[in-house]
Amino acid sequence: MSQRAIDWWVGIFVLLGIAALAVLALRVGNLSGFAYGNGYVLHADFNNVGSLKDRSPVKLGGVTIGEVTHIGMNPQTFRAEVTMRIEPSIKLPIDTGASIYTQGLLGEQYVAIQPGGMPQNLKPGATITLTQGAVNIDQLIGQMVFDKASGSSSGSSTH
Amino acid sequence: MNEFFIPRLGHVVWESVPRLGAATRLLLGGLGAVGNRHFSFRQWLREVYGLGVLSLALMIVAALFTGMVLGFQGYYALVRFGATSALGTLIALSLLRELGPVLTALLFAGRAGSALTAEIGSMKATEQLAAMEMMAVNPLAWVVAPRLWGGIFAVPILCVIFDLVGIFGGYLVSVPVLGVDGGTFWAQMQSNVTLSGDILNGLLKALCFGLIVTWIAVWQGFSAKPTAEGVGAATTRSVVMASLAVLGLDFILTALLF
Repeated sequence: MSQRAIDWWVGIFVLLGIAALAVLALRVGNLSGFAYGNGYVLHADFNNVGSLKDRSPVKLGGVTIGEVTHIGMNPQTFRAEVTMRIEPSIKLPIDTGASIYTQGLLGEQYVAIQPGGMPQNLKPGATITLTQGAVNIDQLIGQMVFDKASGSSSGSSTH
Repeated sequence: MNEFFIPRLGHVVWESVPRLGAATRLLLGGLGAVGNRHFSFRQWLREVYGLGVLSLALMIVAALFTGMVLGFQGYYALVRFGATSALGTLIALSLLRELGPVLTALLFAGRAGSALTAEIGSMKATEQLAAMEMMAVNPLAWVVAPRLWGGIFAVPILCVIFDLVGIFGGYLVSVPVLGVDGGTFWAQMQSNVTLSGDILNGLLKALCFGLIVTWIAVWQGFSAKPTAEGVGAATTRSVVMASLAVLGLDFILTALLF
């Protein structure tokens, strides 16, 4: 094996490694999430964010238009503050609402945007006030069981 | 029995401590010999070729099958819960965090580490190392340093290729064969795999494994008995010790990194 052939092979080997790392970063990891880097920021306060996390999608009509960049707690109101980055071409009216839904039964949670009808648009950095937090399935089941129990007992007492 | 066991244990410990010291001296001397005038960049390239490029075909085949098996087994486990959408995440995380680095290192120990030990062992058996010292050529710089740095350099590259090919193998089984939705497969993977947390930590593991496998291989070659039998025994020891060291170190690294 000549030294020149070895140089070539090692060069190809290193390039393969770099290319594989790039593909892993872009296709498998979510480095491509920087697509929203030039998007504008919106805030929304929720009473419960469930298992929403950084980089969770923000969707409008099922189409991803942005991502969650930060989740914090407002110490005055005790509500969760979600910061999102939205694609710059999507201008949302000021009476837009935001809810946290789950994809499927066991899927991940995302922020769903319901656009309003007002002519003015939300400015970058504005806060969405019409919000609905994540639905807690445990709580729902508990409520249902409790309602059923109290419903049947009150029913029997009236008879 | 008892009166033999305790002194023997003491003897083993007594013998192994200075051996560990000598092995550490070899490692540090070899790593530090890069600045030595007998260190040759071309020699290093030759080692990257021998240890890395020539292991590539083995890694690709092994990774493809590992990924495909992961796809099948993951599918049968997840389909009971109707959670096959998580298959992409399962395959990617198992490969990036554990299977990629560990299997790369184990295959590397078998394919390249054994060859390193046999090569250095027979250099010793044919008194080439003694001849180098006679010619005032530093064997640490000429023999050890290119091999150590070659192994440390080659294993992470092999690992990243292993990861990628493995995920591709998992994709081949999951999406076209088992009918998992392709969009979900990639989207779930992307939202759950992070660059620094999963990909780069896996490569850091591979770097540590490359160091330890090459170190053990070079050390076993250097400490081999200078006979044909001794070189054979050292080659076996090299693969066994390197494999066990990789598995043990993996436990510690996983506890530290993730």
